[in-house]
Amino acid sequence: MTEQDLLSVEKLVKRYGGLLATDDLSLSVREGELHAIIGPNGAGKTTLIKQLTGEIPSDSGKITFAGQNLKRLSEPGRSHIGLARSFQITSLFQEFTVLENVCLAVQAHNGHSFRFWKKVNKDKNLTDPALDILRRIGLEQRADTAAANLSHGEQRQLEIAVALATKPKLLLLDEPMAGMSKEDSERLVERLIELKSRHTILLVEHDMDAVFSLADRISVLVYGRAIATGTPDEIRNNDDVRQAYLGEEA
Amino acid sequence: MTLSSRQLINTALLAFLALLPFFTDWVGDSFYTGLVARILILAIAALSLNLLIGYGGMVSFGHAAFVGVGAYVVGIGTFHAFEDGVDWMMNGYIQLAFALLVSAVVALTIGAISLRTRGVYFIMITMAFSQMLYFSAVGVETYGADDGLSIYSRSDMLGLIDLNDEKSLYYLIFVSLLLVLFLMHRLIGSAFGNVIRGSKSNEARMRAIGFSPYKYRLTAFVIAGTIAGYAGFLMANLNDFVSPDMMHWTRSGDLIIMILLGGMASLFGPLYGALAFLMLEELLSSIPLTIGGLHVGEYWQLIFGPLLILVVLYARNGVDSFLPGARKGS
Repeated sequence: MTEQDLLSVEKLVKRYGGLLATDDLSLSVREGELHAIIGPNGAGKTTLIKQLTGEIPSDSGKITFAGQNLKRLSEPGRSHIGLARSFQITSLFQEFTVLENVCLAVQAHNGHSFRFWKKVNKDKNLTDPALDILRRIGLEQRADTAAANLSHGEQRQLEIAVALATKPKLLLLDEPMAGMSKEDSERLVERLIELKSRHTILLVEHDMDAVFSLADRISVLVYGRAIATGTPDEIRNNDDVRQAYLGEEA
Repeated sequence: MTLSSRQLINTALLAFLALLPFFTDWVGDSFYTGLVARILILAIAALSLNLLIGYGGMVSFGHAAFVGVGAYVVGIGTFHAFEDGVDWMMNGYIQLAFALLVSAVVALTIGAISLRTRGVYFIMITMAFSQMLYFSAVGVETYGADDGLSIYSRSDMLGLIDLNDEKSLYYLIFVSLLLVLFLMHRLIGSAFGNVIRGSKSNEARMRAIGFSPYKYRLTAFVIAGTIAGYAGFLMANLNDFVSPDMMHWTRSGDLIIMILLGGMASLFGPLYGALAFLMLEELLSSIPLTIGGLHVGEYWQLIFGPLLILVVLYARNGVDSFLPGARKGS
């Protein structure tokens, strides 16, 4: 682990019975970069995200984030030190409005919620930052719509807005473009470019055009192992990667 | 501020309930005051349970146990005052304080264990705990075991309010209902209520954005249990009687049915549900029809059952779905 690493993963392992979903995996994310993870289906990308956030425990290995060993930290605890994720399969508060979805995430990081009397939807400490994020992500016109009534593309945007509302140091985006139309994806790439200037991002994505245009560095995951890490150009010209992954698509 | 037609209906109902004792005076039949008083107490218990079921997605199947605990505090207090001459145990304020305290502690204990489970397991474990309390009450010979305890004198409120006066007791119950409605209204709209509703909606996301739902759920469980204990305090005074039967799991089931009948997505739902439940019981059991020597009224549940199935199938939010401005779908 070097000085500039925000996140470092060392020899991480996750076993599901006989299957090694994460196999002695090591990688690092530098402060300020957008680090993309690509790999064929079943390479263990989402498993890695879940291990990072603490949703599932790791069998062995070490995760260090902002200088802190995450071993004993719960999933909510990791959120509080600045780890946030978006979900591959949209995971929102469906019957809440767009604004309420984001407010709830702001509320989670605005002290305890043992406040039983004051109306929460009039609390400017929550609505102001939430509206700010909706503006940045381009959903402010939909603030009062129930999440369930959004289009798929808008739900994907809200997915990111909710993650952003926790004021993360590192944003883990799990296939943010999943199921999006080409136009929606292109618009989201624009948003991500803007986000990139302010946040460190670990991006898992299948959309190669998006990955190669956004990433500072790319790691290629195959069967739970990082077979290569490098700049987009290095990855494009890496023989192992071509064989293992890109070869299938080219 | 203008009222929506739904708020008008709710206000009209509350106004009617406020004036009820005068109507029954006028008719000269106080039976209905007693019946409605019982309905309002059950509505208080159902309202507290709806915080868990309707807003929190925690289907607790042992809520009547807290009503029983609150009622037994009154029964036991009066028992010792009469049998052993411990006068302070007659004091209504001390009885009330203990009813709230004991039901809160019991709720804390049951909740702390039960809330580690989900779904069917949570239903079963809460039911199991309430049955443990039920059988404990059945087992204690001193306090009447199976037969329960008669309460020879209602809680002594030191002259502030005379609970022996039916009208005073009715108004205590009615004002309590108003307070609980208002408390629920504030609670649901608060930061705390937001966490409770969010945890029902999507627990995985709650954890991902940094909430640990357990401690909030446990707090809701204790609040609901304490309010149910308060309902028990009122019930003991209304009935002049407590028995283990109050805690039987079927009583908890009745509370859930009230919530289903009234609509769990709304504040007033449980009140409408309690009214509908007891009115239907009263109406159906007095059907003056005899078929083949059997009084239909005795088998009122045979009619009530299918009715409940229809409500669950076609009117998901019970009475609430028939009021103006009902939420469609879900």
